[in-house]
Amino acid sequence: MSKIGNKIKNLNKFTLTNIKAYSIVIIAFIILFPLNSRGMISNSMSGLLVPICTYIVMAISLNLTVGFLGELSLGHAGFMSVGAFVGVIAASCFQDIIVSDVLRLIVSIIFGGFFAGIAGFIIGIPVLRLRGDYLAIVTLAFGEIIKNIINCLYVGIDAAGLHMGMTSIEALGMTNGRIIINGPQGAVGITKLSSFTAGVILILFTLFVVLNLVNSKTGRAVTAIRDNAIAAESVGIGITRYKLTAFIVSAVLAGMAGALYAMNFSSIVAKKFDFNTSILILVFVVLGGMGNIVGSIIATAVLYILPELLREFSDYRMLIYAIVLILVMLITNSEKTKQIKEQILLKLSRNKNKQRQEE
Amino acid sequence: MTFISNLISGISLGSVYAIIALGYTMVYGIAKMLNFAHGDVIMVGAYVAFCSMAYLNLPPIVAIVIAMIACTLLGIIIEGLAYRPLRKASSLAVLITAIGVSYFLQNAALLIWGSTPKTFSSVVGFDSISLLDGKLIITAESIVTVIACIIIMIGLTLFTKKTRIGKGMRAVSEDKDAAELMGINVNVTISITFAIGSALAAIAGVLLCSAYPILIPTTGSMPGIKAFTAAVFGGIGSIPGAMLGGILLGIIEIFSKSYISTELSDAIVFAVLILVLLIKPTGLLGKKITEKV
Repeated sequence: MSKIGNKIKNLNKFTLTNIKAYSIVIIAFIILFPLNSRGMISNSMSGLLVPICTYIVMAISLNLTVGFLGELSLGHAGFMSVGAFVGVIAASCFQDIIVSDVLRLIVSIIFGGFFAGIAGFIIGIPVLRLRGDYLAIVTLAFGEIIKNIINCLYVGIDAAGLHMGMTSIEALGMTNGRIIINGPQGAVGITKLSSFTAGVILILFTLFVVLNLVNSKTGRAVTAIRDNAIAAESVGIGITRYKLTAFIVSAVLAGMAGALYAMNFSSIVAKKFDFNTSILILVFVVLGGMGNIVGSIIATAVLYILPELLREFSDYRMLIYAIVLILVMLITNSEKTKQIKEQILLKLSRNKNKQRQEE
Repeated sequence: MTFISNLISGISLGSVYAIIALGYTMVYGIAKMLNFAHGDVIMVGAYVAFCSMAYLNLPPIVAIVIAMIACTLLGIIIEGLAYRPLRKASSLAVLITAIGVSYFLQNAALLIWGSTPKTFSSVVGFDSISLLDGKLIITAESIVTVIACIIIMIGLTLFTKKTRIGKGMRAVSEDKDAAELMGINVNVTISITFAIGSALAAIAGVLLCSAYPILIPTTGSMPGIKAFTAAVFGGIGSIPGAMLGGILLGIIEIFSKSYISTELSDAIVFAVLILVLLIKPTGLLGKKITEKV
């Protein structure tokens, strides 16, 4: 046993976090999957499983931008929106070509991620020139622009192919077509392809991408830029390139999550992915700890279920949620609690020293 | 003629944004925090004014004063309870707390006043002015809004330039520690800033709801975001910048609504913002930030 113990000690810090992150997801899946398939989870809870998975992916990907790149993004839901609607369009287009549901889901998720990545590239170029709060406001602006554009987008499909327009569904000039996105009413008649298993696989994929990226040369360059951009530049790190890489990876993952999310419902509107959704994801990231992937996973799961658990307080639940949020921030960040924490740590270390001296 | 009447309604909407943006910008300049709950203070102000007029039958002027007092107290309480303990914490922690406060205010309003929209009756007592045989109609609300905005702007500029407290505010925004060494009470100064910003929010709420008379618990959030955009547009931390940014934003919004597309107007407003920030990365009247290693 001691040999294994030594081996675990010798593993480096990154490997340990990796194992922790993967095992949390896998253990949760092993526990929840049989419960869910036997119907032992209440209906409202089992309906939350896929959204929780997508929000975990969103939080991990946002953590890449906020925690590792150190840039505040207030428009992450925009990428989710792009992924969601592109995914729905792709799923609808391939309905007759790809028969297998699983394969169609995978293709749609890839399409969603790809287009969100393009959006990330287009947005990233101007955004990453700015700094601090100005960068935050531009990401917010982009999120709102994406929401507005999708809100007046009309997409339909018929024998002749895909039709797109910005005015009305009649203007598309379809014959016997099927409506995919109907302006403000959003995407309608989505075939439900997502499942809890797919969600967990997407989380594992996200973990694989993000953890490997963070521990690679690129990841170290990204954190170097976060800690001091000028110093990083002076040792030959191309700032724009690495910033853009992190930003695009984050957008791609968000797009994939969006596609999975949309395919869990029969219809979805662009207004779902507004500023408040972006903020919600940011709350998950900050409460979980910036740059802490395991923290993001746990915070998302807990905070997403919290309003559901507070259901017995009915009208008061969102009020309680807000108070909990404020209190957690005050307790974890204020000066006084920090002092108390330091005092406790000091006492503990003194006790340890005493014990050592006695020995 | 439609051009001029659009211009006037743009300036009027922009003036409301400007008043809200002034609150954002002052708080940002001094406490260096984005107060996302500011938009919800607007909503509270509008509800208080609504209640004093509809249930207590008070005259509009008294209602506005009550709303201002209520919001001032609210601002001071929020600052003292939620933001003051986090003065030295990271800006993101403060941001999330502000979001928490915003959720709190919206849901508290939902519990107190319910989700059914309230129809706000205008606080402006006189009729609209009709010029050129009725071709050009200037609403009374827009006249009052623009005048209020100009008075507030001049008042604030004089206040920060001439009075002792105003000078203290500028000192705190330059350098907190140095200001403290010079005998300025930083905590009190920040509280006063929040009080002024919140009182302005109450005025903005009443003016906004006089022009667009539907009042629900989320009334404040979109104007709040727009005003925040306006503050950044003009250069956050600068009082004339907030004014300029707000009015330009209002004009752009109304023009894109009437000439391009109603649905896309928000997208156009934000696109213009992005363009401006690309050319001038610190806003129209913002200070240049020099970087040191």
